[in-house]
Amino acid sequence: MPSSSSIAQARRTVQQLRIEASIKRIKVSKASSDLMRYCGEHAKNDPLLMGIPASENPFKDKKPCTVL
Amino acid sequence: MAAEKAEMDALKKECDALRTQIEAARKAVNDSSMSAASGGATAVGRVQLKLRKTLKGHLAKIYAMHWSADSRQMVSASQDGKLLVWDTFTGNKLVAVPLKSAWVMSVAFAPSGNLVASGGLDNICTVYNIKAASPKTLRELDAHTGYLSCCRFLSDTEILTASGDTTCCLWDLETGKQKVIFTNHIGDCMSLALSSDMNTFISGACDSLAKLWDVREGACKQTFSGHTSDINAISFFPSGNAVITGSDDCTCKMYDLRADQEVIGYQDTNLNAGVTSLALSSSGRLIFAGYDDFNCHIWDSLKGEKVGVLSGHDNRVSCTGVPADGMGVCTGSWDSFLKLWN
Repeated sequence: MPSSSSIAQARRTVQQLRIEASIKRIKVSKASSDLMRYCGEHAKNDPLLMGIPASENPFKDKKPCTVL
Repeated sequence: MAAEKAEMDALKKECDALRTQIEAARKAVNDSSMSAASGGATAVGRVQLKLRKTLKGHLAKIYAMHWSADSRQMVSASQDGKLLVWDTFTGNKLVAVPLKSAWVMSVAFAPSGNLVASGGLDNICTVYNIKAASPKTLRELDAHTGYLSCCRFLSDTEILTASGDTTCCLWDLETGKQKVIFTNHIGDCMSLALSSDMNTFISGACDSLAKLWDVREGACKQTFSGHTSDINAISFFPSGNAVITGSDDCTCKMYDLRADQEVIGYQDTNLNAGVTSLALSSSGRLIFAGYDDFNCHIWDSLKGEKVGVLSGHDNRVSCTGVPADGMGVCTGSWDSFLKLWN
């Protein structure tokens, strides 16, 4: 016999599924091209993709230079 | 009695119908795949990052780390019972916060840099002021009935937590009280990530689901399935339109929020270790995923191919983070060290 709490739980599940069913979806092809475009537009500013010159690298240990 | 059974049957029937409707709606927009679309994208080639620093100081497993918004300071948490705040440019330790409970699982830096928070098996999220002469406990947020797996500040006055009690929670730091409780997961919540506009957040849990939530309303807006085991790590793609997850099923996945489904998966038959953590490079093109196999593997997010690896730890990589300026990657491990790569 379903308890009142399991009925309440089932009602909540239905409510939640109604919310999730009602959203508007875009096509995967459009989603993919938007993601690709974002990566393309930001690639030149991505230090881990472009590489970092040694003089600008904040994590690189700076060794002392001796002028001979 | 019969009325209750009838209602239950009707509710079950409606659940099944709604689930079928959602699957059909997702299928209807599934007109292509990301891997097909990304065929035309430039390849990233082999990504070879160098180890720049090894940060030594913890005496036991590191469980969590979080970059400060200044991209220079970073906080780490270890089961040696300490949080350490580091200056990553010099490798110096700036602050050491002794913890009441050594069983820490999560740590967070507030965007202001004034506060850090941590929590774990004590079920409590403790917030510390690290700008005081010596670290001062500001608040103990104690209401979860399970372990604290993740925490993230919205500001100096609000923090989000994820818990093994299957809920997430938004707290008011001025009162120390819960403002909103997010219930819908049916397994321990393991990880959360906040959107850049702070209106939504995503959670990953042991029920193998990722969920998108409205921060203010407390409502679950979308649910993403596909993983076959616990989701341990979750992050937003920088545009805010997609979510990346990492799981004990040894795979990562990208779900697009507007298409409401998985668009690409990241898996390798030779990779049989669970994913513990993940972080994205600033353009979103590279995914740095920490695994139980002691490595951090690097994935091309668009093509779904492995493009590099960060090797050097002698135990599980438990946490991974990229600072806001994207200048490097930090990995933390059960071997007690943090490593900085770029």
